[in-house]
Amino acid sequence: MGDYVRQLQFPGDSSDLSRRAPLALRLHLDVPLLLLLVVLTLFGLVVLYSASGQKMAAVVRQGQYFLLAYGVMFLAAQIDLKRYQRWSPWFYLLGVLLLVGVIFFGVGAKGAQRWLSLGGFRFQPSEILKLVMPLTVAWYLSSRTVPPRFKYVLACLLLVAIPSVLILLQPDLGTALLIAASGLFVLFMAGIGWSYIVGAFLLACASAWPVWMYVLKDYQKQRILTLLNPESDKLGAGWNIIQSKTAIGSGGWEGKGWLNGTQSQLDFLPESHTDFIIAVLAEEFGLRGVLFLMALYLLIVLRGFWIAVYANSNFGRMVAGSITLTFFVYIFVNMGMVAGLLPVVGVPLPLVSAGGTSVVTLMAGFGLLMAIATGDSGRPR
Amino acid sequence: MPQHIPLKDPGGEARIFIARTLFSVLLVLALLGVILARYHDLQINDHEIYRTQSDRNRVQLQPLPPKRGLIYDRNGVLLADNRPSHILSIVRERVEDMDATLADLQQLLPISESDLENFRQKLQRRRPYEAVPLRFRLTEEERALLAVNRHRMPGVTVDAQLVRHYPHGALFSHAVGYVGRINEREAQSLDERDYRGTFHVGKVGVEKFYEDLLHGEVGYQNVETNAHGRVLRVLERFDPVPGADITLHLDFQLQQTALAALGEQRGAVVAIDPLDGGVLALVSTPGFDTNLFVNGISSADYKALRDSPDVPLFNRAIQGQYPPGSTVKPMMAMAGLQAGLVTPESTVADPGWYSLPGDSRRYRDWILKIRGTGHAPRVDMHMAVAESCDVYFYDLARRLTIDRMHDYLSGYGLGKRTGVDTTNERPGVLPSTRWKRDTMNQPWYPGETLSAGIGQGYMLATPMQLAAATTVLATRGQARTPRLLRSVAGQTQPIDARETITAPPDYWDAVHESMRAVVHSARGTARKIGEDIRYQMASKTGTSQVIGIAQNAIYVEAEVAERHRNHGLFIAFAPYESPTIAVAVIVENGGGASAASPIARAVLDAWLVDEAALDSEATAGALADG
Repeated sequence: MGDYVRQLQFPGDSSDLSRRAPLALRLHLDVPLLLLLVVLTLFGLVVLYSASGQKMAAVVRQGQYFLLAYGVMFLAAQIDLKRYQRWSPWFYLLGVLLLVGVIFFGVGAKGAQRWLSLGGFRFQPSEILKLVMPLTVAWYLSSRTVPPRFKYVLACLLLVAIPSVLILLQPDLGTALLIAASGLFVLFMAGIGWSYIVGAFLLACASAWPVWMYVLKDYQKQRILTLLNPESDKLGAGWNIIQSKTAIGSGGWEGKGWLNGTQSQLDFLPESHTDFIIAVLAEEFGLRGVLFLMALYLLIVLRGFWIAVYANSNFGRMVAGSITLTFFVYIFVNMGMVAGLLPVVGVPLPLVSAGGTSVVTLMAGFGLLMAIATGDSGRPR
Repeated sequence: MPQHIPLKDPGGEARIFIARTLFSVLLVLALLGVILARYHDLQINDHEIYRTQSDRNRVQLQPLPPKRGLIYDRNGVLLADNRPSHILSIVRERVEDMDATLADLQQLLPISESDLENFRQKLQRRRPYEAVPLRFRLTEEERALLAVNRHRMPGVTVDAQLVRHYPHGALFSHAVGYVGRINEREAQSLDERDYRGTFHVGKVGVEKFYEDLLHGEVGYQNVETNAHGRVLRVLERFDPVPGADITLHLDFQLQQTALAALGEQRGAVVAIDPLDGGVLALVSTPGFDTNLFVNGISSADYKALRDSPDVPLFNRAIQGQYPPGSTVKPMMAMAGLQAGLVTPESTVADPGWYSLPGDSRRYRDWILKIRGTGHAPRVDMHMAVAESCDVYFYDLARRLTIDRMHDYLSGYGLGKRTGVDTTNERPGVLPSTRWKRDTMNQPWYPGETLSAGIGQGYMLATPMQLAAATTVLATRGQARTPRLLRSVAGQTQPIDARETITAPPDYWDAVHESMRAVVHSARGTARKIGEDIRYQMASKTGTSQVIGIAQNAIYVEAEVAERHRNHGLFIAFAPYESPTIAVAVIVENGGGASAASPIARAVLDAWLVDEAALDSEATAGALADG
């Protein structure tokens, strides 16, 4: 089946690929994915111009981030998948060490230590884990049979747990959950039994009470309570949700028009250019705009799964599947929280919210997807 | 769980991946469906609700506080105006850390405890996004400091508002009163709608009495604001109706003269126009700068005012209740005539003391300790008033009895509030047997009637009451309710007049004659102030004893000796033939009437002479020489 697929995707003889393959393939670029990303990022800049209060500087800065991110994506696409496979445990070790370092030497604000400061340059080690985690779990499983046996599942869970707990200690619940999920998605793609999944789900439900009592900080509980009843604290924690729902709802089908959203232009909407940017889009472009964005995301996700299915190694399939699912989780969580479906956690709208770090990480992930899609080292033996 | 063989099975593995991927796609589609349903719900089903909410967000109804009416004296001199004042306010919702912001602000400019307390109280009852005032009357320098530091203090705003200003400081403190910041208690009784956007309300005096006139009506505007409350556009506007400008009967010159004449002494002057009841002067000393109260007096300033032994906050003109002493004698003489107990010709023997029949106790006349004898062997009414003979009025009081005395004297407005249009007026006391039974649950003793006959004992009157009583004497029984308000927005106010005493003209002639003799006769008790006088007045001196009267709990023990000297009183109306002014003066612990009479003369001079006679200096000089 694998050979058949390769032929459909890459007609021609693979041995002289470098000479005869199309330019995109030689550059290790997946054209459909690239086109979708370009449309998405351009649309993101249009929304950002409005959301930032019509500041061209914000758009220019975000454009620079995008250029950097595309560069990172391009580089990530060039690296052979085998190398990823070989390097991933070492990156994992490095990431865990850095996370331990955060606990001892970290800097941060508002009671959370999330950054390491190296020579004036601040970065979040947890960001590294977003890619390293699925790579590492996939690396571990790739040399074993699929679906994995019980003891390997346990080992995977340990691999997932160590960095997750370290991030939870910072404390950064949202990131910890996302990173844990990216590792678990690999297990899911590897085909672990449904009994594990159902069991884990039941365990999660059962642990909800102790987690609420002993793990969650007050501000995290507040976010959940606010979600359940935003009216209870109209001017405090509920303000964001009420204003974002008002922005979305008042947009209607057609929207108020670009730059005409009163909620966002008159500063009623908080965090309008970062986590809540979807509300600006919904207010100014209406449900039409939301559908357009969702269609773009859906196409990207479908392309991601396409790449996963047609990857020619288990490692590639598991990584591609996990990256795609994680990308979707971002979309779901962000769109859900802004619309008042989920608690407010600090998750940006992928590739639309202003910010450099998340964009670079995401695009590195897409670079990885392209490496899987276009690489030849993992082809069937 | 099936046992897997540890062998690679690429085909089987691919199938697993495809199954899981398909499941993932279905999951993604389902979750996107949930999200889509939610957005559809918000944007289509509940669109109207959120559109309305968004408009309500954007559009704010803002109160436009009305401009407070101005207060003028009778000649158009401004007594209370409004000046732009810069106010530092805070919008709670915009502030991230209130305590830190307050601490920051305190670094920049002085904020008193009372400012903070006031602010915290108002913070409790504000509406969302309402700016709560913290500091009033910012100086130029403070505004500059705030402007520089504003960027790091979100939620802090500086607005200009018109705030009351009293250009003449202490001169009109007791006559006009003052406004102050609305406190918690007032906030509950005031109409919340009318006072939206208004920070001040009349606290005392005319400012309080005519609050409704002066306040005006609040206006509104619909404005589009951003979330910081900054107004971007006015959509609709209903202008406020400014408060009415009011003119008082008060005369700036007269007020100044009275204050200067009182000088450092504690006392009060009330002058009234007998024709319309207009209050021409109302002075109580010491006064205080009313501007201190407008924006919240500092606790140090307030403590100084409250704890001063001279009680400057006490309005002696309407709150000070003093024994009227001999100033009641003209009214007593009139009562005797009306009751048929005396005639202008009838006389009483005056050995310098008086005793009740069957009682050996001697009631002394004040002249006894000076001359060792009475005013004359026999004293008639004219002499009794002019020389202030006590014996004559002891005898008259005894025959009149206390209850009839009460009835006749109440025609002059004693014993009840005059109804002058200001706040905190006290009623004084006009005793009667019933009054004593009601208030003290005791019978009336005959000796007390004699004291009452010369305005001592239980009898108490405020300077305002004495001035009003003097107008009744001047108008021959035509009472006018004293009025500070002369006109509202150019509209003259009606006079509240009624006849309270009906008596034949010759009675009034006789009493007036005797009052004229107080100044204009060789033996009159106030003959000293008659020198160089260019008009004639009818008057009466009075001295009231302080010792033995449980009145002054406010006085400190340290100054007992000085504080126990008698009060000096003086009432007068002038010109004699057709009076245009009636005045009452009291000088606390002045020793006697001689402390009060020159003050009255100065006031009458200012009213009668300065304007009319000065146009001809030569005539004035000739009169003085003659």
